[in-house]
Amino acid sequence: MAVEKRPKGALPGGGYALTTLEAMIAWGRKYSIYPFTFATACCGIEVMGAFGTHYDMSRFGAEVVRFSPRQADLLLVAGTINYKMAPVMVRIYEQMLEPKWVVAMGACASSGGFYNNYSVLQGIDKILPVDVYIPGCPPNPEGIIDSVVAIQKMLETGAPRAAERWPIKI
Amino acid sequence: MANESKRPALRRLVEEFGDAVVSTHSDFGDDTALVRREKIVEICAFLRDDPELLFDLAMDLTGVDYLGEVPRFEVVTHLYSLEKKHRVRIKTRVPEEDPVIDSVIPVWAGMDWYEREAYDMYGIVFRNHPNLKRILMYESFVGHPLRKDYPKAKRQPTIGPDE
Repeated sequence: MAVEKRPKGALPGGGYALTTLEAMIAWGRKYSIYPFTFATACCGIEVMGAFGTHYDMSRFGAEVVRFSPRQADLLLVAGTINYKMAPVMVRIYEQMLEPKWVVAMGACASSGGFYNNYSVLQGIDKILPVDVYIPGCPPNPEGIIDSVVAIQKMLETGAPRAAERWPIKI
Repeated sequence: MANESKRPALRRLVEEFGDAVVSTHSDFGDDTALVRREKIVEICAFLRDDPELLFDLAMDLTGVDYLGEVPRFEVVTHLYSLEKKHRVRIKTRVPEEDPVIDSVIPVWAGMDWYEREAYDMYGIVFRNHPNLKRILMYESFVGHPLRKDYPKAKRQPTIGPDE
C-alpha cells in the first residue's frame, strides 16, 4: 500500500498561518503548567486525588508536579498557613521563575478558614499575589481542575497576572 | 477513702511533705495533690524514687490560666508508674506577678519541651531550665497566646524568613 505523500509547504495544502510570538508562547505554556504543591493540610489529599489516575490532571497538561520551586510555575497553596510557616512560603514563591501563578486552595489558604486565631495567617493574599481562589473545605478535585483551567484561560487571553498588580493598593 | 491502701500516692505524699501539700482529692478516681511551688522538685524526686510509688514516667505538664483568681496560674503535672501501674496529678499555683517555678528536668529529662510549651503559651518561667525559649510560636511573637487576657482578635505582623 503506497503511503500518500504529504504536500510540500508548512501546512497541508501549502498554506501558511499567521500568529504572534506571544500567542505561540502562551499556547505552549497553557499545556505545560508545572505545579508546585505547598500542601499543609487536608487539601493536600484532594490534590493527590486530582493528580491521580481518576481525575487525571495530565488531560490539562499540568500533571508534572515539581518538588523544586525552581522548576515550577504554579504555586498551589493547599492548606492552612500559619505565621511561622508564612516566611517559608514566601521564600519558595521567590525562588520560582517568572512567569508564575499562585492558587489559594480552600478556605484556609483563601481566608484563614475557621482558624480565626492568633497563629494562622488570615489568607495568603496578605503576603502573596493570588491569581485564583478555590472555595471549599477541602475543595474537591474538580475545583483544582477548574483552577488550572482558569489559569489556562488567563494565559490564552493574556489577562494580567496578580503579580503584575501587586501589591494591591486600596 | 475506700481504696487508700491500693492508692498510696497521696498518703505517702502527705506523710512525707505534710505542710507542703496544700490539699488533696481523689474525685472521679484521679488522685490529685495541690502542692507548694517551693517544694516541687523535692516532691517530684520523692515521687519518682519512693519504692512504694516509683513514678518513673512523667506523662504531661501544662499550664492553666485562672484569670481573676489569686494566684492566677497553675502548673499541672501528670505522672504514671510503669512499675506500679498507678497515676497521680500534681498541681502547683503560680502567682501572676512572679510566674516562676523550678524546672523538674533534673527529675524527668523529658519535661523539657512541656515546660517550653507552658512558657510559650502562658509565660510561666521555669527556673534552671537549660533552654527556655518558645517552642510553638516564633521568637519575635509578643505575648503568650493562651493567657485568657490575650486579645482574641489580635494579629501580629508577618515575619521575615530569618525571625
